[in-house]
Amino acid sequence: MRFEPVIGLEIHAQLLTDSKIFCGCTTTFGASPNTHTCPVCLGMPGVLPVLNQQVVEFAMKMALATHCTIAPYSQFARKNYFYPDLPKGYQISQYEFPLARNGWVDVATEVTVRRIRIHRIHMEEDAGKLVHDEFQPVSYVDFNRTGVPLLEIVSEPDIQTPEEAAAYLRTLREVLRYLEICDGNMEEGSMRCDANISLRPLGTEPLGVKTELKNMNSFRNVQRALEFEIRRQTALLERGEPVIQETRLWDANRNVTLSMRGKEEAHDYRYFPDPDLVPIVVANDWVEAVRAKLPELPDAKRERFIRDYGLPTYDGEVLTSSKALANYFEAAVGAFPQPKTVSNWIMSELMRELKRDDRDIEACPVAPDNLAELLHLIDSGTVSGKIAKSVFEQMYATGKRARAIVEENGLVQVKDEGAIEKVVDEVLAENLTEVERYKAGNEKLLGFFVGQIMRKTKGKANPQLVNDILRKKLSSSWNQLP
Amino acid sequence: METKISIEEVRHVAILARLELTEREELRMTEQMNSILSYMDKLSELDTRDVPATTHAIQLENVSREDLVNPSLDRARALHNAPQNDGVNFVVPKVI
Repeated sequence: MRFEPVIGLEIHAQLLTDSKIFCGCTTTFGASPNTHTCPVCLGMPGVLPVLNQQVVEFAMKMALATHCTIAPYSQFARKNYFYPDLPKGYQISQYEFPLARNGWVDVATEVTVRRIRIHRIHMEEDAGKLVHDEFQPVSYVDFNRTGVPLLEIVSEPDIQTPEEAAAYLRTLREVLRYLEICDGNMEEGSMRCDANISLRPLGTEPLGVKTELKNMNSFRNVQRALEFEIRRQTALLERGEPVIQETRLWDANRNVTLSMRGKEEAHDYRYFPDPDLVPIVVANDWVEAVRAKLPELPDAKRERFIRDYGLPTYDGEVLTSSKALANYFEAAVGAFPQPKTVSNWIMSELMRELKRDDRDIEACPVAPDNLAELLHLIDSGTVSGKIAKSVFEQMYATGKRARAIVEENGLVQVKDEGAIEKVVDEVLAENLTEVERYKAGNEKLLGFFVGQIMRKTKGKANPQLVNDILRKKLSSSWNQLP
Repeated sequence: METKISIEEVRHVAILARLELTEREELRMTEQMNSILSYMDKLSELDTRDVPATTHAIQLENVSREDLVNPSLDRARALHNAPQNDGVNFVVPKVI
């Protein structure tokens, strides 16, 4: 029997507010433990949490960007459980009345574009961080993260493959980053993902028993964990054994998911409305005011790049994969209006360097107008395309202007026919045997001569002129040494 | 007395609340909780057909604050009441 997976994802996104969701402590990441706490986020008795307005606005932006309906009435609820990362004994979340429901995003994989529905988006507070002692039976708790605002985005079980799950995650990350409400850093945990997955016989309707996967801190791990889980559940079902509903942790070192059985108690969160926090009532004019503030979103930008700049779909996708990269492209095109040339340089030279150094485009040492300057130098024939690549490397390494590097290193292209002719003559004279073989029909040797000439001119000779002069000299009229 | 809550439910709630009860206490709790819940029945005598459910005694909505950072507690003060700390972290029995 063949099985098909049914996958749903739960994403937690830390919002880029300055202060926490219910108190004025800073949300800055990476501080010394327990230096960003106060009576509210430590859960002292008698304190009163007050909602950060910005959290609601950010949540509404995400809801609108993913085509959700914003609830006219929503409410916070207490989710009760005991775990030491939670000082109050409950997490403030939303339950019966989430801020938004019923959205969707279109997700492209290499094979298809499919619409994945979003079940709900709600606001909640993050928990603290636990570090377990390796040798002693103690754990250390840091409450700096406690109360940092989170969005929980829950998909419908519409995802059909691990690739699609990773693509869905990338799509949402892109939207969050475009909205500038989350930095989307999975390694640092500012974006986290849990997955629900079950299998059912291909083409049937009822859902099988699902497992919940946790601890996948990269796109790759999400995909690999799901792939493993499909293999594991398939093997169970083929042997006629049941899949047990449980939470499993992804172990990235061993490439397996492991059961948390025995360590997990049955969930009984006893949600109830938080009496400390009043309802959020959103009238239509508020929704429209937030909608008016939405920036151009990835899909729209991609389409505009393809349409207005005449770029291939692939270029449009790569260049709009982050807002900063798209801005870089547009700034460079503004100064050098040949979109495809700019796109080629960004996607090859620039992105290769950035990837090697694991740098974001924001930290790129080559400013967009400096890239444009280099492209102008190529366009006007001042430098050859080949030299330009090494100039670019120096621009990237030093941050210097293109023109300055070209001038300092004497890299201006030689377009003087007489000068080139002289070098061509020298090279031919030094390689008489090859000249004979060329004339005997081995035309592949043309490249050899070009190489020799380029070496002598340190790559500065204009390639077109070199080719022209060389062909002329090698044609029948040239049969004499100079 | 009418049974609103069983001893099994009392045990379950005790586990959730991390309470260790003796058998006698379980019985006593069951009895007392049933008595409390029966008392609550008095509320059912009211006709609430046209009253929407509410969670707050006062009619307030959209109370929020601006996204502004305030100073946090000094760490020594934050850790002061902890049963155990190492000067940097709260220290708790190991949980994984």
